[in-house]
Amino acid sequence: MTLLNRHLEFVQALRAAGLPVSVAEGLDAVRAVEHLGLADREAVRAGYAAALVKRRSHRGSFDALFDLFFPPLLGSGARWTDEYAAERDSPSAVVDLRDRLAATLSGGEVDQAALGDLAVELVERLGALPGRGQGLSTWSAHQALTRVGAVALLDRLVASLAGEGDQREAHGLAERRIASFTRLVEGEVRRRLAEDRTPQYVAETILRPPVDQIAFTAARRAEVEQMRREIYPLARRLATRLIKEQHARRRGPLDFRRTVRASMSTGGVPLTTHHRPKRPHRSELVVLCDVSGSVAQFAQFTLMLVFALREQFTKVRAFTFVDEVHEVTQHFRPGGDPVRTMADLAASVAHASLWGRTDYGRAFTRFQERHADALGPKVSLLVLGDARSNYGDLALPVFGDILRQTRHAYWLNPEHRRQWGAGDSGAERYAELVRMVECRNLAQLSDFVHDIV
Amino acid sequence: MTSWFDSPADAGGRLQQVGYLTDDATATTTYLAGALEKPLLVEGPAGVGKTELAKAVSRATGAELVRLQCYEGLDEARALYEWNYKKQLLRIQAAGQDAAWDQTHDDIFTEEFLLTRPLLTAIRRAEPTVLLVDEVDKTDVEVEGLLLEVLSDFQVTIPEMGTVSAERRPYVVLTSNATRELSEAVKRRCLYLHLGYPDADREREIVESQVPEISNTLAQQVVDAVARLRDLQLKKAPSIAETIDWARTLVALEIGELDEHTVSATLGVVLKHVTDHDRAVQELRRPRLRT
Repeated sequence: MTLLNRHLEFVQALRAAGLPVSVAEGLDAVRAVEHLGLADREAVRAGYAAALVKRRSHRGSFDALFDLFFPPLLGSGARWTDEYAAERDSPSAVVDLRDRLAATLSGGEVDQAALGDLAVELVERLGALPGRGQGLSTWSAHQALTRVGAVALLDRLVASLAGEGDQREAHGLAERRIASFTRLVEGEVRRRLAEDRTPQYVAETILRPPVDQIAFTAARRAEVEQMRREIYPLARRLATRLIKEQHARRRGPLDFRRTVRASMSTGGVPLTTHHRPKRPHRSELVVLCDVSGSVAQFAQFTLMLVFALREQFTKVRAFTFVDEVHEVTQHFRPGGDPVRTMADLAASVAHASLWGRTDYGRAFTRFQERHADALGPKVSLLVLGDARSNYGDLALPVFGDILRQTRHAYWLNPEHRRQWGAGDSGAERYAELVRMVECRNLAQLSDFVHDIV
Repeated sequence: MTSWFDSPADAGGRLQQVGYLTDDATATTTYLAGALEKPLLVEGPAGVGKTELAKAVSRATGAELVRLQCYEGLDEARALYEWNYKKQLLRIQAAGQDAAWDQTHDDIFTEEFLLTRPLLTAIRRAEPTVLLVDEVDKTDVEVEGLLLEVLSDFQVTIPEMGTVSAERRPYVVLTSNATRELSEAVKRRCLYLHLGYPDADREREIVESQVPEISNTLAQQVVDAVARLRDLQLKKAPSIAETIDWARTLVALEIGELDEHTVSATLGVVLKHVTDHDRAVQELRRPRLRT
């Protein structure tokens, strides 16, 4: 395969992964590589990144794809010759490998190069899975990590690291190091797979989408952490955008002072008039969210985002429910600490649940009974949930009644549209009454929040 | 046209000489921006040295720095050029009634009455120039449109005078805090560099080069403490600028070692939110109580 083909396929794969790479940018990348030469892999990576990746959130996908299309080595590397093959996967070899891994990870500083070599060796020795036939063998990071005992390794690491400091810190450090090794092994497995098949195949089947495209309900733990870190920057971006748009629409009364002041530079002739900004229209927001296990993650994110944007509303009140309704507004103090807010919210779930089975009908009825004062003609109502009510009564008339007391109402559903109404989902029936919006990832969430403000 | 840097290593080396420590990716991208003559868009959190990069490039290459600070409401008259209206008026009055219209017209739209603003200044300069467009995300979308012509062709059209093309392309650096997504059109014309928080070793080197009086152990302690602060979920994680400020504070107070008391006494230098402050004190203290 020629270098040009490789480049074109790489650009294609980037586009498939959602990076908007234009033809001109592709040309820039080629020119950059021309200037840099091909001797240094990291320089080529930096060159490609500078020319093609224009957004921080795309960098993860880019790096993963770059490793697939421009792998650091071929096969198992030159060190692996036939004489090793016999003892490749013997009990003593596993123990030996485990010891060396522990030794590398437990030092004061981790030697990244040595760790990379260990990942290569681990996958080579223990990562192979027999396939259904000749040439169909495949590779598994899970198998390799399980067989070397990566989980048991944690305790060993903590014990050896704790000598230098305290337990808690050592635990955190050990976890971070094992996580970084796991990433190396996963990358290595992707590389071997890409070698056996094609990079395109691996790119399509294995790569995770960028963080704002990951569905709330399918996010892994590390990704949830990443999403949380995104919430505040996201809120800030949204707020700036909103303020800008409000300024752009300024058509308030004439600002006499500024107009006269501006006319000075044109000899007292007011060529341009200046206006006072119009007072923005702000509404009250009532958020009603399902915090049962299936959608808790999604509810948390939405609440955090809404409260981060609270200046855009005159008043925000939030209620959580499972089968009982509980007000959580007081947990969101202005300038409050996000970590503690999350913890408070999690703790308050108990108040929202009586029997622990989601019951939308009961929740709406209770809301109507106890918190009807929250509703009014200025209020926008926001319901968050998957509308899965365990085949219970949906209380459609009560919900309709609630809707009539509000100005606008929206329902955010974290499920894909095709699952609405399937199984115990009451989504389709509720959707007849209220505007129901699919909201599965951060991108959709921020679009929606922007639209309602 | 002479090139700005010879190679990525040369770029890294020369930036280091003027006191700006880069990692490999930054050095490579800085070199490429010069070699491809494309503008360089630098994004990252506040205080990681985005503006400083442009200044360092100008110091390292001996080029003059022309700076355009962006803000909301920035317009053509303040970014590109403006006619000196008052002077034109004087000229007309001084010429008296007898001057011919054509003559006056030609006279008042000349070089003499043109007030050049940063963008035009940078383009017209014959000497090497670094143009820094700072905080480009603060401007309105219209200014981005204005930048497009300047950034892609390095030329400016003045209706009365014609098109002014760059005699020598400036080295353009745009910085952004990412409070707003820039338009695809601007991004497409630029090379992109994301500056994040540096790793511990590089940060220690930076601290030691910026605050030479600091002792090795203290520098290490400061960098470690800042790294731990960044791990917490804070509203504003401390950046390099804050690390350096902290190191300077500790040196000024003649504190030789960072312990619990000095941390809580000087934490205000690093963290600028009350809640962050509380959280950090809580988190940094907790492990020590356990042991």
